[in-house]
Amino acid sequence: MVVFALFVISKAGGLIYNREFHSGLSKLTSNDYLMLAGSFHGMHAITKQLCPAPSLPAHPSSNAAVLAPSPFSNRATGIEVLESSHFRIQCFQTLTGTKFLLFTEPQQPNIDSMIRKIYELYADFVMKNPFYTVEMPIRCEKFDRALDGFVKVRS
Amino acid sequence: MSNATGQTPGLRYPSNKKTIYDRNLNRSKNAELSRAAFAYLFVEMISYAQGRARDITGLEQQLNNQGYPLGIRLLDLLLSRSANPLASIRPTRILPLLQFIAQTLWRHLFGRPADALERSESDPGQYMLFDNEPLVNTYISLPREMTQLNCAAYVAGIIEGVCDGAGFATEGVSAHSVSEQEGESAAKALWPGKTVFLIKFKPEVLEREEILGRG
Repeated sequence: MVVFALFVISKAGGLIYNREFHSGLSKLTSNDYLMLAGSFHGMHAITKQLCPAPSLPAHPSSNAAVLAPSPFSNRATGIEVLESSHFRIQCFQTLTGTKFLLFTEPQQPNIDSMIRKIYELYADFVMKNPFYTVEMPIRCEKFDRALDGFVKVRS
Repeated sequence: MSNATGQTPGLRYPSNKKTIYDRNLNRSKNAELSRAAFAYLFVEMISYAQGRARDITGLEQQLNNQGYPLGIRLLDLLLSRSANPLASIRPTRILPLLQFIAQTLWRHLFGRPADALERSESDPGQYMLFDNEPLVNTYISLPREMTQLNCAAYVAGIIEGVCDGAGFATEGVSAHSVSEQEGESAAKALWPGKTVFLIKFKPEVLEREEILGRG
């Protein structure tokens, strides 16, 4: 399984982390990466508005107490997967609005578990780092090393 | 924040009027703590210390001060919990004290003994305790402008508290990342976070040690 790249986009739409794991990709300037991230963020926001109304949970006719409608259970989400013949982008949006974009080859199994694991590494080495300010570009050595270890082992 | 009606301000006691002092000392003997909970608390401790310090040395001193009270209390607690009743007196010689720190204290705090204990060649009053991967540093990545900082200064404070509590006054206990040297570059790659704790005892302690050694 081949992972091409990982992007992390902050709540405001700015690119806070980008990393390429595959050497054959064409080089882009850092400005291009920022533009890509910004475009994706905008597209994600638009598609969230386009998402059809989420279906209500089945039959609250049972005797159990009806809970207040939670904003999390049937939230409209923006674009999640973008697939082409050469690559596949999967977007995972956390509850706080941070987006993880994983670029992989088109037939790639187990992407969900990979993204979960990357989210776990993020929660460990970025959020528990006292020298990291939230929503700022990620410059954490241990995060880079852990990602390397995880991606290289799997591929 | 408003109090509930009828509640007096101040410390609240449970309804059976038992305080923490009434609890059995061995109650939390095998208790486990979530590593994530400690990590988040440590993040706040470091931010708090950063707010009060002006430079890296000041920051390490703040962390050291935060760990010091723990050392004093841990010394008494661990001695009172030791399995062998003959061993539950405080150590009176330097080597047993350092072994207590490297074995008992480290096992209590981190679940494993310290990796090495050495005496410095250049300075007879200085001892070095090695830890390949301090638990408190697991999630911390230092920014490029702060590479001289080692947040294990907190653990150094704990060690200083233990030494002072046992009657071995120190000039200071500090934590340093092991720097890359000729023969050690391979070792550093294996343990990038390797830390050495330098314990420097005061001259009167060394004198006393010498007298006890003779007689």
